Amino acid sequence: MELTGIASYLVSFLTFAGVYAVLALGLNMQWGFTGQFNIGIAGFFAVGAYTSAILTTPSSPAYLGGFGMPFLIGLLGAVIASTVLGLVVGLITARLRTDYLAIASIGIAEMVRLFVKNEDWLTNGVRGIAGIDRPLAGIALDSSFAYLVIVALFVAGVYFLVERAYASPWGRVLRAIRENEPATAAAGKSIAGFRLQAFVLGSAIMGLGGGLYAHFFGFLSPEAFMPLYGTFLVWVMLIAGGSGNNRGAILGAIVVWGVWSGTDLLTGLLPSEHATQAAALRVLLIGVLLQVILVLRPEGILPEKPPKLIAKKR
Amino acid sequence: MSSLLEAKGLYGGYGGADILQGTNLRVETDEIVVIVGPNGAGKSTAMKAVFGLLRIREGEVLYRGEAITNAKPEQMVRRGIAYVPQEKNVFPSLTVRENLEMGAYLMKGDLSKRLDKVYTLFPKLAERRRQQAGLMSGGERQMVAMGRALMIDPQLLMLDEPTAGLSPLLIDETFERIKEINAQGIGVLMVEQNAKQALSIASRGYVLATGSNRHEDTGPNLLANPEVAEMFLGG
Amino acid sequence: MTDILQLLVYGLVLGSVLTMGAIGVSMIFGILRFAHFAHGDFMTLGAYLGLSFISAFGLSSWWALPAAMVGMAAVAVFIDQVLYRRIRRTQPVILLIASFGMALILRSLVQLIWGSDNQTYASGIQFPWRLDWLGGLRLKPDHLWIMLISLGLVASVHLFLTRTRLGKAMRAMSDNMDLALVSGIPAERVIMVTWVIGGALAAAAGVFLGIDTRLHPMMGWTTLLPVFAAAILGGIGRPYGAIAGGMIIGVSMEMSTLLIPAAYKPAVAFAIMVGMLILRPQGIFKGTV
Repeated sequence: MELTGIASYLVSFLTFAGVYAVLALGLNMQWGFTGQFNIGIAGFFAVGAYTSAILTTPSSPAYLGGFGMPFLIGLLGAVIASTVLGLVVGLITARLRTDYLAIASIGIAEMVRLFVKNEDWLTNGVRGIAGIDRPLAGIALDSSFAYLVIVALFVAGVYFLVERAYASPWGRVLRAIRENEPATAAAGKSIAGFRLQAFVLGSAIMGLGGGLYAHFFGFLSPEAFMPLYGTFLVWVMLIAGGSGNNRGAILGAIVVWGVWSGTDLLTGLLPSEHATQAAALRVLLIGVLLQVILVLRPEGILPEKPPKLIAKKR
Repeated sequence: MSSLLEAKGLYGGYGGADILQGTNLRVETDEIVVIVGPNGAGKSTAMKAVFGLLRIREGEVLYRGEAITNAKPEQMVRRGIAYVPQEKNVFPSLTVRENLEMGAYLMKGDLSKRLDKVYTLFPKLAERRRQQAGLMSGGERQMVAMGRALMIDPQLLMLDEPTAGLSPLLIDETFERIKEINAQGIGVLMVEQNAKQALSIASRGYVLATGSNRHEDTGPNLLANPEVAEMFLGG
Repeated sequence: MTDILQLLVYGLVLGSVLTMGAIGVSMIFGILRFAHFAHGDFMTLGAYLGLSFISAFGLSSWWALPAAMVGMAAVAVFIDQVLYRRIRRTQPVILLIASFGMALILRSLVQLIWGSDNQTYASGIQFPWRLDWLGGLRLKPDHLWIMLISLGLVASVHLFLTRTRLGKAMRAMSDNMDLALVSGIPAERVIMVTWVIGGALAAAAGVFLGIDTRLHPMMGWTTLLPVFAAAILGGIGRPYGAIAGGMIIGVSMEMSTLLIPAAYKPAVAFAIMVGMLILRPQGIFKGTV
């Protein structure tokens, strides 16, 4: 009994970490590779999650659809929806400096949250969408462990994709833009174009993460997309793991999710009437952790080791 | 009696490779000293290093015999050294008068005497005292920049290409003003592209190339030196 | 007609709140070159500091204002010294991340100390004046005070920036940091004063919000977006632009309730901001870009 308890906790832990790893890889594409500051991760995450939920759940009078489509179609929809959102945001902000993108991105996340909360016909508002099944539901193979395997496969797939992108000539241009924008522009590269591509690709990956989350958790409500859960943890993960390093992004997701879950166990020791205080204490600890990393080890656990650029620019 | 300013064997740069390779400079109280040399010779870098704007790795800077190597700009200003950068040398949204006041930020007491002195040297600034510096012409901005530096009643005035981008008429006027300033007993150290004209008003000149001294002589002698003439003065 | 006039009043009240926040955001951007994401939570913390002060001494609502401003100025300087100063030499974007983390730290502190429930400075309902000469417009005394005090604070900031040596130095640093250093302007002192003003004005915004509505740990974070919108509209780095930006955003947000559900008020601020970013990213008045 004890053992199965630990095993199922571990499976759930790793699945969550896997979903966050996908988000961290998406953010790494935007921030780590290109230096684009997106703090609206929650928005892309939510769009992905809701799209997949609406596409795959059985028909319901309470919200749009559901359309009862298969899991993979749901994920595809999640990716397409977040790609479109990423394209819109990217087109507006690709030419602007980092601070404006940052501000615009929290705006997007906030708009998505307002929309999800208020447009009942589409999302069932604050009541949320329940009954989002795991992909193998109804088959003997279905188990939380099987879903962990599926998530792990997606993490591996995304990792492979972004790692290839990083090492490619395209990835080299992105890094060159990040390090020295004027010189790269002078070399005849369309800065805005490359930025936009990286931003959209990162957004698509975040949407995928949202879809994976929906099918794991089974229930969606606007509360899950407060800036904290969606955005802040992912940032801490990437920075702790090492911005620019894809392995660092995955490691950061596991470590920080571990710390986050650990604080849950810790604050769980407090009497239950202090539940809200306990939640605040956890956020406080994670916030302090971020500041300590920024001051003491801004390069993260696994610092970026870029393949050599042909001409090192100063 | 020690020199007003003496820099010996400076090595340093912007963090990467050293740009200065053993640069030497010296300015006496009554002198106008000009640094000339080809692009990338480290002329501006040498000025910035002396003023504490970038790190000197090796070598020392003496001001009246006292070591000021790598001192902060604030301490330079307190000692009576003023520096005018080449570009972006005014506060564009501040008025002319406010620009001048900022020059004397560290000075205590009434500023009106200092302002009057600057206005006497540059009457045009008195007329335009309420105008925003960013809206002025290049020549006027250069006056504001020099005026701002003069507000501390400096002993040493450092000018980085004071005539860059000015019309020939304004270049002449600028050099006239520099002579007047020097006549008040202020030592001047400047970097100039208009080498011929600058050397003609200079007490002494340095020719820098790749961060080290190539030639050092009085202004007229450098002008007469055929090698210098061929290198930098366009024959 | 009276409806519109009424909404205009609400808009100006909201605009006063936003202006208080936006001036700080704009100044901090001008001097330190980063968008300060903890500014909304500065507002929250300021409001709660005021609450503790008045309940400790049993004072009336408005006493929260000076207490909050002084307290928050001190907290802002403290945060800068302990955290921001250490990472100032790296890229400004690291400061952006740090300020985002600071936003969450402050919010959770507020939740830990004061709890997550709504609170108010004073119980009971204030009866508005009915202004018959303005078509029966209703005006709450508190609203009038919020507008008047904001006006006073804006005027003080203006006098500080144009009449005092330190204020001029602040404008100079915002204009041209390198030249300010070369002139011998002590950067650290100017930065400290920037935080004092930014923190105090954020606290004022928080207290205004608390007096107008209620106190809640999320009150500042949800106001951050309109505050940024106001700062961008006015041209970020331009404190005077922030005033115009604050009023335009505040009035637009309130007026929008004539046409769309009130829940989407923040969307109006966002839409104006996005429009601005597309059409004229330097702000209505030219900002520091």
